[in-house]
Amino acid sequence: MATLLMFIPVRKVSLSFFFTWLSIVSTEAGKMQFLGISLIFIIYLSCVSGLYFHIAETERKCFIEEIPDETMVIGNYKVQLYDPRTGGFMPSSPGIGMHVEVKDPDDKVVLSRVYSSEGRFTFTSHTPGEHIICLYSNSTKWFSGTQLRVHLDIHVGEQTMDYAGIAQKEKLTELQLRVRQLLAQVDQINKEQNYQRIREERFRQTSESTNQRVLWWSLTQTAILLVMGAWQMRHLKKFFEAKKLV
Amino acid sequence: MNSHQSVKSLFIFFLCISVSLTVELTFELPDNAKECFYEEIESGTDFTVEFQVVTGGHYDIDFELIAPNKEVLYREVKKQYDSFSKKADVRGVYAACFSNEFSTFSHKLVYVDWQVGTEDPLPGLGEHLTAMTQMESSSHSLHENLNKVVDYQTHHRLRESQGRKRAEDLNERVFLWAVGETVAIIVILIGQVVILRNFFSEKKPSQMMFS
Repeated sequence: MATLLMFIPVRKVSLSFFFTWLSIVSTEAGKMQFLGISLIFIIYLSCVSGLYFHIAETERKCFIEEIPDETMVIGNYKVQLYDPRTGGFMPSSPGIGMHVEVKDPDDKVVLSRVYSSEGRFTFTSHTPGEHIICLYSNSTKWFSGTQLRVHLDIHVGEQTMDYAGIAQKEKLTELQLRVRQLLAQVDQINKEQNYQRIREERFRQTSESTNQRVLWWSLTQTAILLVMGAWQMRHLKKFFEAKKLV
Repeated sequence: MNSHQSVKSLFIFFLCISVSLTVELTFELPDNAKECFYEEIESGTDFTVEFQVVTGGHYDIDFELIAPNKEVLYREVKKQYDSFSKKADVRGVYAACFSNEFSTFSHKLVYVDWQVGTEDPLPGLGEHLTAMTQMESSSHSLHENLNKVVDYQTHHRLRESQGRKRAEDLNERVFLWAVGETVAIIVILIGQVVILRNFFSEKKPSQMMFS
């Protein structure tokens, strides 16, 4: 129970803590033991992610993450299938798999894998820009089947750090851990500012290109109008002279 | 033994629901579409929903926040950026819905940020029985300020992205317009001459008849 109290604030109730608790509980014997563990496990599963949304079985849902380079992104998801018998969603549907596809700003596929109905995907960006994360189920139907409930949680950059694990591994005090967190945050802010400079440069280039294009367009149009007008006059004059009308 | 275990289970159950969660997502909303995001929130928990339209049309979207008893807590029509905070009084599933049904052909890119509860303290920091030392409290305020910096950076990035996409759109449109208009002018000018010549060559036999 004391161990539990310490681990309460941790956002992601990671498996390591669960097994620690399990080892404490396993000293007690009995069938109730098994029921208790399964209850805990089911409850644990239900608190993987809070936010959810609905998609059709064949629908593809994409999210955009605009991130600087060398940034890690972790996504946790869980998929539930609609149960027409109860009118709700089945607590766990092991049959369906989710295809996760991540594309980098140059439209190159960074990650393309099929995961089970519940899992996590990780990737690190190597170019700054808009990364597109697409989720769709590996259903073989041609048109939309049943509804799917997808729980999703995406962590970017500093949020991906597992502070509990780091504290345990390197035996850091609270203050040292806090300093680590601040360092990670400042590092992320620094990367974002650098990316901002690149974006501003791109914006400036686009504006200058527009300016150039407008200038060239106006000059070219004026030139074309003058040239064509002169050609028209000359051509018609020759035409009418040939026809003996002028 | 049985009651002890059920107490433990209940404890973990409540611990799962009460952990905080901040999810930021940027998604595309096609025209005439509606998209909802749901979150299960405990009563007494503060939550904040923030959204910003990044690209598309007139950069506006309809937003609705629906409580578990299907009551509409907040509704805004055609907003570009908004933020809504509330302390949940009822436990249940809250829905944040975005609607692009008023638009006929522009799909919108929307950024949504849903924050439930306060941020978790770092592991080990939660069990503070004594007051924090000055070092700890100043590092805590540093952390909160950096959180604000990250938040401002995100909004700045979104607004800059909006301007940049608009500029890129304009650039492409200027190019297409210039090429299109040049071709049209050339076609029209040559066409004028051809048609004029046509008039005179048709009337030739009749003119000869009259002269």
